[in-house]
Amino acid sequence: MKVLVPVKRVVDYNVKVRVKADGSGVETANVKMSMNPFDEIAVEEAVRLKEKGVAEEIVAVSCGPNAAQEQLRTALAMGADRGILVEHDGVLEPLAVAKLLKAIVGKEGPALVILGKQAIDDDMSATGQMLAALLGWGQGTFASRIEKEGDALKVTREVDGGLETVSVKLPAIVTADLRLNEPRYASLPNIMKARKKPIETVKPADLGVDVTPRLRVLKVEEPAKRQAGRKVGSVEELVAVLRNEAKVI
Amino acid sequence: MTVLVLADHKDGALTQPTRSTVAAAQKLGEVHLLVAGEGAGAASAAAARLPGVAKVLTGAEAPVLAEPLAAQLVALAPGYSHLLAPASAAGRNVMPRVAALLDMQVLSDVCGVVDADTFIRPIYAGNALATVKSADAKKVMTVRATSFDPVPAEGGTATVEAAPAAADPGLSSFLGAEIVKSERPELTAARIVISGGRAMGSAENFAIIEKVADRLGAAVGASRAAVDAGYAANDMQVGQTGKIVAPELYIAVGISGAIQHLAGMKDSKVIVAINKDEEAPIFQVADYGLVADLFKAVPELEAELAK
Repeated sequence: MKVLVPVKRVVDYNVKVRVKADGSGVETANVKMSMNPFDEIAVEEAVRLKEKGVAEEIVAVSCGPNAAQEQLRTALAMGADRGILVEHDGVLEPLAVAKLLKAIVGKEGPALVILGKQAIDDDMSATGQMLAALLGWGQGTFASRIEKEGDALKVTREVDGGLETVSVKLPAIVTADLRLNEPRYASLPNIMKARKKPIETVKPADLGVDVTPRLRVLKVEEPAKRQAGRKVGSVEELVAVLRNEAKVI
Repeated sequence: MTVLVLADHKDGALTQPTRSTVAAAQKLGEVHLLVAGEGAGAASAAAARLPGVAKVLTGAEAPVLAEPLAAQLVALAPGYSHLLAPASAAGRNVMPRVAALLDMQVLSDVCGVVDADTFIRPIYAGNALATVKSADAKKVMTVRATSFDPVPAEGGTATVEAAPAAADPGLSSFLGAEIVKSERPELTAARIVISGGRAMGSAENFAIIEKVADRLGAAVGASRAAVDAGYAANDMQVGQTGKIVAPELYIAVGISGAIQHLAGMKDSKVIVAINKDEEAPIFQVADYGLVADLFKAVPELEAELAK
């Protein structure tokens, strides 16, 4: 089967983001950008499915600026076969991305789409579920384990209080949680090879998708800062202040 | 305006995050609740006693699957201006699906209600708060429970009726669940939380934290680093990609204080940090810091609490 893996270009998880002085957003100029960490897990899972002979071809897709080619190259170096860039400058909300991906799914015909469960910039955790809805497919979100069983996928899901297992008919959507796998580092030869793999570029208009945002950002601000407290000298003192000063125990 | 809240429930009671979501919903209009899943009948009776709830709709007594539940919510949507759910695993699974079926952009993790169209939500792991105005005809959203004081569990008398059944699209089936049985309180509802980080060194070493937790009636959490290292289960993870908690007392043990962890606990009322690294960033948010080796300090803490 063919597997589609959408990947998002985001501010690297190690970067401490700064809110712009005019409150219009966060500073993203001259900041290190990377593939969204949960999308790396999604790519890794697709590559493992290919290594097991379950998947034949892996297509990586990114919706974003031209520079998102870097993230597609990373996916290709990890083992994806080819890339598609849906090029758009400006805000793409999960609904718009889901519509773009639906159009790509229509062209490519994958049996499985694996996405990260959440992007670490807008923290929406929505694109996979929205794509499943638009396609009329089943969804296995927050997956910690997937296994193909006939024409269905057995998905172990991370839920509040433990794990849940569902069987989702293929074609299906899976969103990757932290424990699904540990993504590999691309080797130098594979990085070199990835440079020769094809990346096709399309625009939202080519796919007939209106990506106008539904949300207008009125302002972005820093949350109230917590003041650092004080150090205590011993466990005895700690328990005393918790009992007598903070009165929380 | 009438608002529909999708309830999370356990053992015949609504979860605390559900009661917080009801509090958020009351800022918008009259509140109805949809209670679905195994135990929906008993939980509906509890839901009817929440103050300020006008009507409770009882769904099917069957394991919850995203696809039929989303179809049911979409069928109910014409009667409502806003559809809300707690930002729990269940809410985050189904609400984006509902929004897409209605051709609307979901609002995830709402932590403030400005007006009927305008909401505040955290982005970048809570390092920034965005105020956004939605142009959609209805709003579909999940609510960050720790940002709204829960309504009391008792005091109301809502009517209870069966929710109209929606067709199951038959896209998935439920195979089973492994829910960890614990005598300790739920992480997101606990008054006190004690969490361990990578410095715990092993899953076995979490036992020293558990002893303190039992002494305090606290829930046990973990940092992502501890989960990544296999020392703790993923559902114990506190942080941007795990649970968001805001207890009265949060004790961070052997946790350095990565941004992603702070995002999950910095709204706690009192924060205590125990770490042997004096420079650990966790001390910048802690009300009380103890620079000490956790393997010495935590057993001492248990002994001191026993006094």
